[in-house]
Formats: sequence, structure tokens, C-alpha cells
Amino acid sequence: MPGDYDPYLFVFVMALAAIAFAATPLVLAWLWAKKFSPQKPGHDKNATYECGLESKGDAWIQFKAEYYLYAIIFLIFDVETVFLLPFAVAFTGLGAGAFISLMVFLFLLVAGLAWAWMKGVLTWK
Amino acid sequence: MDEGLKSELQKQGVFTTTLEEVYNWGRKNSVWPLQFGLACCAIEMIATSMARYDLARFGAEVFRPSPRQADLMIVAGTVTKKMAPQVVRLYNQMPEPKYVIAMGACAISGGPFKQGYNVLKGIDRYIPVDVHIPGCPPRPEALLHAFMTLQQKISDQQLTGANRPPHLNADAPSEFPVPRFGEHDLEPPNNPAVWQAPAVLRA
Repeated sequence: MPGDYDPYLFVFVMALAAIAFAATPLVLAWLWAKKFSPQKPGHDKNATYECGLESKGDAWIQFKAEYYLYAIIFLIFDVETVFLLPFAVAFTGLGAGAFISLMVFLFLLVAGLAWAWMKGVLTWK
Repeated sequence: MDEGLKSELQKQGVFTTTLEEVYNWGRKNSVWPLQFGLACCAIEMIATSMARYDLARFGAEVFRPSPRQADLMIVAGTVTKKMAPQVVRLYNQMPEPKYVIAMGACAISGGPFKQGYNVLKGIDRYIPVDVHIPGCPPRPEALLHAFMTLQQKISDQQLTGANRPPHLNADAPSEFPVPRFGEHDLEPPNNPAVWQAPAVLRA
């Protein structure tokens, strides 16, 4: 029977082709480096690139993450603005249910701000 | 390969080449410059890379912001002594093969600021320069001409033999000493392996 083959054979062949496709340029480059183009590592070449200046100090430093609190509180105002504009535009034609749900939404955001204020987050230390 | 045989084969429609030619052909048509401007010459360099002069015709429009990916440093502008160590360090950080075009009067000699105490009198005092372009500033055509000169230089380079370029020679240096700030001047004032002051003959 002509169609009598293992269906995984093609997967295997394709996998081999894929590996060869990826590995051949690397091997060729390696051979090229061996035969013609020698590697030349050096102090400057291996150093951290910092626009030509020598890098100073350690990259593993700690810095105050306080700004992220401001970023989060900014979201309160940010999201509030997005919802306040359509709220204000449609204010006169608003039903009681919509009005109450939006006031609840506003209250939640303002409560978050009040809580942050009470915690002293708004004071820069 | 024999040139006559090659020409005969070409007449019969058989194109022959060598590994060296293919290698150099690929290299010379993909010279990626370092995105690096020092002074007003950089404006001309930018103009060269834009549509009117179109550096892309030479495969060199890809200005790389990192020396790790660049093949060519265009020293476009006045090299002050404050900047010279950085220029040399950037050159050192470029991978081989690497080329340098000194663009404009300042980069090749100090130019109008040659008498200034703070200006380096030519970047070729510290790093090997492949093509010098005079002019203040050189027009984009002059930079294009320098590119073509560099391409010619690249296509003439040999893969093997004593005349092979530095990047194929394990003994040729890849890095050059970065000058330091001394009491009065950069130390050393020039790299003797690259540049030596011309002898002054006094009668």
C-alpha cells in the first residue's frame, strides 16, 4: 500500500530540517571565524556600552519606589476624568439608577484618595 | 582565478566568482555606520542619509545607535580633547571589521580650530582612518564619494596573505589605547603606532 507510512516520520524530517536551518548558519559562521576571521575580545569591547563613557558604579542599586504611589493615585484622577466627562454631558437626561451607580463609583475613587491622604502618601518624604 | 579565462567564460554566459569576491561584495554593500555626530558635519551626514542624496543606494542607510552593530564610524565634526577619549572608546567597542571616515576639516586636522588649545588636531592621531574628507563642511556628495572610496577599499581586501586587512589578522590590534586627561594635554598626545608627527626639517 503506497500510503503506508508512519505519520510521525514527516514531523521527524521537518524537525531535522528546522534544526539544520537554524544550526547551519551558526556552524558556517563558526567555521568562518576559525578559518579566516579571528575573534578579538578586549577590555573596551567587552565593557558595558555607555555612549563612549566608562560606566561608573554598580548597576544593582536600590532607589526609592515612592513615585509608584503617585502613579497609582494619578490613576484615580485619570480614570475619574474619563468617566466624568460623559457623566457631565449626559447629566440632565440621567435616570436615578444611573445617577446613583455613578455616584457610588465616584465615592469609591474619592474614598481611595481620602485613604491615601490619611496614610500620608501625598506628603513627599 | 585567471582574468582572461573568467572573461572568456563570461562571454559564454558562465559567471564565475571567488569566495573572497562574494565576501567583499556582501560587506561593501552593507556598511552600517555608527549614529554619531560631533558637530556641524553631522548635519551634512544626516542630509546624505535622507531622500535627496540617499545613502541607502550604497546599503549604508542603517545608522546604528550602538557600536556593537556598526561597521563604520563617521567622525563628523570637531573632536575636542574632552571628546577624544570617548571617540576612541567607541571605536574600540565596535566589532571587527571596522572602518573610519574622518569627515571634514576638523576631524582630519583640527580645521579652523587647529590653533585652539581644546581641539584635537585630527582623529587619525588615535585611531586608523580609512578615508579622509576635506571640506568645511564637506557636501553630501563628498561623503558619498568617501563611501565609494571605502567600498573600493573593502572590495580590494584579500582574505588571506600578508596584505590581509586587520580584522582577518589575529596579530593586528583591535583596540587602541584610550587617551587620558593629563595635566596640560591628553596623554599620550598621539598613538605612535597609528600616527607620528611629521619631521620638521630646519635649514
